[in-house]
Amino acid sequence: MKRISREQIAERLAQDIPEGATVNLGIGLPTQVANYLPADKEIFLQSENGVLGMGPAPAPGEEDYDLVNAGKQPVTLLKGGSFFHHADSFNMMRGGHLDICVLGAFQVSRWGDLANWSTGEPGAIPAVGGAMDLAAGAKDVYIMMELQTKSGESKLVEQCTYPLTGLKCVSRIYTDVAVFQIEPGGVVRVVDDVSGAGQDELKRLTGLDLVF
Amino acid sequence: MISKIVNDLEAALAGVKDGSTVLLGGFGGAGQAHELLQALIDQGARDLTIVSNNAGSGTTGIAALLAAGKVRKIICSFPRQADSHVFDGLYRAGKVELELVPQGTLAERIRAGGAGIGGFFTRTAVGTELAAGKEIRNIDGEDYVFESPIKADVALIKAHKADRWGNLVYNKTARNFGPIMATAAKMTVVQVDEIVELGELDPEAIVTPSLYVHRVVRVNKKV
Repeated sequence: MKRISREQIAERLAQDIPEGATVNLGIGLPTQVANYLPADKEIFLQSENGVLGMGPAPAPGEEDYDLVNAGKQPVTLLKGGSFFHHADSFNMMRGGHLDICVLGAFQVSRWGDLANWSTGEPGAIPAVGGAMDLAAGAKDVYIMMELQTKSGESKLVEQCTYPLTGLKCVSRIYTDVAVFQIEPGGVVRVVDDVSGAGQDELKRLTGLDLVF
Repeated sequence: MISKIVNDLEAALAGVKDGSTVLLGGFGGAGQAHELLQALIDQGARDLTIVSNNAGSGTTGIAALLAAGKVRKIICSFPRQADSHVFDGLYRAGKVELELVPQGTLAERIRAGGAGIGGFFTRTAVGTELAAGKEIRNIDGEDYVFESPIKADVALIKAHKADRWGNLVYNKTARNFGPIMATAAKMTVVQVDEIVELGELDPEAIVTPSLYVHRVVRVNKKV
């Protein structure tokens, strides 16, 4: 088994985004997907703070702090791009107008439940942002994460133990070991064994009865 | 002749009372009415409930308002930031109350407040601890949670240009909460980079129509 890097997870996910899709990339690791979108496809990136048709980071010295992404980093606007206020931006999510959102996760259950906003630790400063809106509203929720925690526990689980972000909302999980698809009835299908782990090892790592 | 333009920040904030609910525009620094926030500290109103996407970072803006002890409660979606130590300290010490709201629900509650809507049902947060204790209704086979509107005494927002009637246009993603917050307060105060003659703003491009705006103050750009 050869685990792939975070950049390779982003690259693998980017291959599955079709031309014409409207996509929201969450802050952190999912932002890297933008680096691997094929140049020959037109894909519309939406950002929660009120931009559709977001372009790459500006050249050094060209930064405009009135033009930022969800992570508050400077970005650019593509030709044909538009700006709108926050309620309109979340209409796009909550009204089901986004094709795909890409988020990170602490845990995903085989039922598609997502936990990604809080570890529930006492004393932690909570923050939720747009995660629950995206989970509830996007047509497809794609998760990017490493399959295991640092201590070796699977983050793809029977039931989430961390506080939930949304119920039955995840459709695909892109990890350093494999790409999983969540299907009705708690079925988890391996669609791409990107590490070459093999069926037995994938079942052992997740503790789930996977379908291949 | 109607003119909503006031001469300075002090006049812009005259009459803000203790115990007010104040909407604060901005997404991080973009669209934050930074100078109005600083002036609010000097104005002296306290025991405030503030509504804002973030809870400030560093030591200026919202963080300064918090540090000055003016805020009783914050209704917010994403208080935790890399440099949100002022909020973090007050929250851990139990000196500021937090109502955590999903970002789209925050925006829609403000929109509802401004639109005279008595609340709404949304699928966001169903099944999570942020829906705990709230009414759940099954609509067409799916569960929705009831959320109430947010109305405020004051909104402090930033726009790019205004005319003397208070028509507004914004700059890029600095628009964010401005247009909805302008609708949901009894008194909307706007700081702008530029004031233009009546008729100069393209009517097809005006984002906030004048009736939502009560006071406009020009602040030197990039202070």
